[in-house]
Amino acid sequence: MFDFSILTEWIHSTLLGFMPQWLAVTTECVLIGLVLLLTYSVLALFYIWFERKVCAAFQCRLGPNRVGPFGLLQSVADMFKILIKELISLKHTDKFLFALAPYLVILASMLAFAVLPWGNGLQIINFNIGIFFLIAVSSIGVLGILLAGWSSNNKFTLIGAMRSGAQMVSYELSIGLSVLTMVAFAGTMNVVEIVEEQSNLWFIFSGHIPAIIAFIIYLIAGTAETNRGPFDLPEAESELTAGYHTEYSGIHFGFFYLAEYLNLFIVSGVATLLFFGGWMPLHFPGWDGFNAIMDYIPSVVWFIGKAIALSFVIIWFKWTFPRLRIDQMLALEWKYLLPINLFNLVLMVLIIVYGLHF
Amino acid sequence: MPYEAWKDNEYIESLVKELQESGANVVVGSLDKLINWGRSNSLWPLTFATSCCGIEFVSLGAARYDMARFGWEVARSSPRQADFIMVAGTIVNRMAPVVRRLYDQLAEPKYVIACGACAVSGGPFKKSYHVVMGVDQIIPVDVYLPGCPPRPEAMIYSIMQLSRKIKVERFFGGVNRQQKQADFLKEHPIEGVED
Amino acid sequence: MANIQETIAKLLPEATFEEGDILMVNVPDAKWHNLAKELKENKDLSFDFLVTIVGMDWTETLGCIYYLTSTKHNTHLSVKVTTDNREKPMLHSVSDLWKIAGIFEREVYDFFGIVFIGNPDMRRLFLSIDWKGYPLRKDYDESADLNPVTTESERQSDFTDTYVETPDGTVEKKEVRVFAPEDFVVNIGPQHPATHGVLRFRTAVDGEIIKKIDVYMGYIHRGIEKICEKLTYPQTLHFMDRLDYFSAHPYHHCLCMTIEQAAGIEISRRAQVIRVLMDELSRIASHCLFIGTYCMDLGATTMLFYTLRVREQILDIMEKTCGARMTFNYECIGGVMQDLHPDFVKDVKALLEVLPKNIKEYNKIFTGNVIAKNRMEGVGYLSHEDAINWSVTGPSGRASGWACDVRKTDPYSIYSELDFEQVVREEGDSMARFKVRMSEMEQSAKIISQLIDNIPDGEYCVKVPKVLKLPVGRWFRTVEGCRGTFGIYLESNGDTKPYRLKIAPPCLPAASVVDHITRGSKIADLITIGGSLDYIVPDMDR
Repeated sequence: MFDFSILTEWIHSTLLGFMPQWLAVTTECVLIGLVLLLTYSVLALFYIWFERKVCAAFQCRLGPNRVGPFGLLQSVADMFKILIKELISLKHTDKFLFALAPYLVILASMLAFAVLPWGNGLQIINFNIGIFFLIAVSSIGVLGILLAGWSSNNKFTLIGAMRSGAQMVSYELSIGLSVLTMVAFAGTMNVVEIVEEQSNLWFIFSGHIPAIIAFIIYLIAGTAETNRGPFDLPEAESELTAGYHTEYSGIHFGFFYLAEYLNLFIVSGVATLLFFGGWMPLHFPGWDGFNAIMDYIPSVVWFIGKAIALSFVIIWFKWTFPRLRIDQMLALEWKYLLPINLFNLVLMVLIIVYGLHF
Repeated sequence: MPYEAWKDNEYIESLVKELQESGANVVVGSLDKLINWGRSNSLWPLTFATSCCGIEFVSLGAARYDMARFGWEVARSSPRQADFIMVAGTIVNRMAPVVRRLYDQLAEPKYVIACGACAVSGGPFKKSYHVVMGVDQIIPVDVYLPGCPPRPEAMIYSIMQLSRKIKVERFFGGVNRQQKQADFLKEHPIEGVED
Repeated sequence: MANIQETIAKLLPEATFEEGDILMVNVPDAKWHNLAKELKENKDLSFDFLVTIVGMDWTETLGCIYYLTSTKHNTHLSVKVTTDNREKPMLHSVSDLWKIAGIFEREVYDFFGIVFIGNPDMRRLFLSIDWKGYPLRKDYDESADLNPVTTESERQSDFTDTYVETPDGTVEKKEVRVFAPEDFVVNIGPQHPATHGVLRFRTAVDGEIIKKIDVYMGYIHRGIEKICEKLTYPQTLHFMDRLDYFSAHPYHHCLCMTIEQAAGIEISRRAQVIRVLMDELSRIASHCLFIGTYCMDLGATTMLFYTLRVREQILDIMEKTCGARMTFNYECIGGVMQDLHPDFVKDVKALLEVLPKNIKEYNKIFTGNVIAKNRMEGVGYLSHEDAINWSVTGPSGRASGWACDVRKTDPYSIYSELDFEQVVREEGDSMARFKVRMSEMEQSAKIISQLIDNIPDGEYCVKVPKVLKLPVGRWFRTVEGCRGTFGIYLESNGDTKPYRLKIAPPCLPAASVVDHITRGSKIADLITIGGSLDYIVPDMDR
């Protein structure tokens, strides 16, 4: 497996060769920022196209196919259009908060990118509370949504934002607990170590029953966390026109739109990290030939491939299920997911203590 | 206009070409080209329907006609995020202020397709006391689409015509279009509107 | 009928009677409310279903004709109440007896300016608050200068008028607030994805709970009734396509039947069979679209595309024969416009083959889904009595246990010969309304399969005089549209044009009952309930 840290080390040492430490670090930061922005937009554009194609396939349609080959340029065209669309400024709104909200939302998803394990030795920052950081920054998003709903001075956006607040605060618990279950199993919060522990067998296999329960809960809560169907109440089209971002136009709306898809990627990425071995290839203990072949596939491909496969499942939910009602959604979280999750945590601890895992 | 011209789908392009060949002063920068390419290929409709035509618009989204092929399926319910408004159905006196308000809420650049006989001219309700005889009395219209209701194929054609119009927008002058719109709005002012 | 006449004569000696297809009672206004109470509550009469109120302008007098039906005895009655005061016409309201009368009376007030004493809400219904004149009066000035098209937002008022009769006989006007000052009112519509067109709900909410809904209609009011008075009988037909565009065939059928009955035209059996076939095909197409859009409202967008597949197939069949996808204008006076397309039988059989599979698929995807069940079961309960009281007919009424299918209660055309069941469920919630429509598709398929192999030969359209004049008289016919009982009231003064053509749509009561059944539900339930009632706005607004 190619270790990307060789590459990053080389860049670092080359830069140190002709510039002082502070300048080298600054240059690296700028470089990383640029790469991150690029990845971010390319991924988002891909995801928009992907969702439209998948949705079309479920609905017996063709989906975009006129702009570029297989409609691949469709989302690019959308991006150009949305970039130059008018930004409508509203009267009687809090202009600062109104403008701030989309940036908060996009900031949250961008920060989460920092700790995702993109490949072997390829992550922006490696520190011992990686998972903790991830959960912390992904909660900033709800602030943006609440602000957007509040500052628009519109009743629909306000209802959308209140729903969103209730939803996110509740489902954060489930996400946290199912992540905690897996952290207990891994014994570390360090993202790199979590991945490395799965070099023999992915957690979803080695942790068997509690891991599978945790995965299912995580997937449900993650879908809710990204405001996607069947939990898309904050922007329920048939009830609240466009929910909390009703009043946003142009690129501000574009930010919400992008963030929605990037959050989808982040949720699937974290699931990949915790349950499907991150960038780790599919290894089975004892199957050496098979494992060697799997090692030939680059780690970045593994990570992104797994994340997209999981996103496909979440998209599948959206285009299959009807939407829940707000009270039903909260009941699902507080009456079912939370107790199951707590029970699952105990189960996991028992399994670890008695060594019942693989 | 000769009859043949109606059958020619690309008449706007050919008109541009002709003008270019005859040496009209055309400076279309590549950035403008890119912008117009983006705009013309990404037309998001506003979900707006009052009657029969709206149902044909639903059919347009369904598997047989599938407007998603052209990227038009992102129907936004919020006018702030939509690009064009397809006035699908009769507009009556009571609805007129609402349509006008929706148009004002659309973000620039915005376009209007008058879809169906009622929106074009009042259609079968010409003798009514409560029908706006053509939506162009209250908002400027880019493409007129006759039919009662127009078939989904006709709707596809109308949006494609709009897309062609946008593609050469820079040539015919974005300024010109905006000027026309401003004139229209000046002629049809809204009085006493309190935000 | 004589029995009813005797009973009423005993109750009210000054009542006079007019024979017709439906017995008509002339009642003086002062006695009307007492008689209405008797009509509704007397066990022998029990006229509990108010079909419609027809406002009338007989140039000297203004008045109303109430069409009543007894769901118990299946008898019909009409009551005529008039006033000769054209300046300040007033009649007594019966909105305390039949709930739906409140809305029907507002409609009459809107069109004729007749004020109803005792109606709690005397606002205009379809026209804006500042509209000048009463359009359906014969002396109405239609010039656009009087009521110009404006882009100014219409004036809003939180107040409504009500007229109360004091003990000494004078009538007082009172102002009443619609919403309390502290209510948080959300305006849903007229441009809103959930309202199925341009309907407007002003909704007072407490958090997510709905406290009250005030329904605003008229955003697609095209004045079809008034236009019809200016057109000859064959010309009025095509407006039936543009009311409820999903049940264009049944509506056409109704108007054609009314005119044929009035003119004494007998149509051939072939035409009858074709009409019934088309009615039932459009019923399937309509219910298909209902299921699709309803599921989309609930968030399951994909279902729409599955149901539209069947609808497109039906539209293909229609297109081959009628030449259009939606506005067919196929039925005409004396039969149908063209003969069936040679492929018709083959295509319909292909449809009948795929339909059961598709219905099975819909049930698999949606009906059994746990989220769908939670969203629909027990939501928007409408009791049997309320359904009758609010005149909610059609599948929505049958879901509340009211057997109100006109095809069974008053069989028209060849329905009495056909073998099909009336789908009735007892639950009365959104799920029941959804399931009734599912089952009705099967019943329609059953009707079609009985007819498709024995379409009789014969002419598809009998000879009808080019210029059609109807004799003096009045007729009222109802048919079962896709959404409920659709009525046509036709009054002729012997001319080539109708003197008055009143359309009694099923969607108007369906939209009026929304306030009643959504109180205390969540905002999301408003979408569920509104969707399950399946109203079509152009139908209610006309």
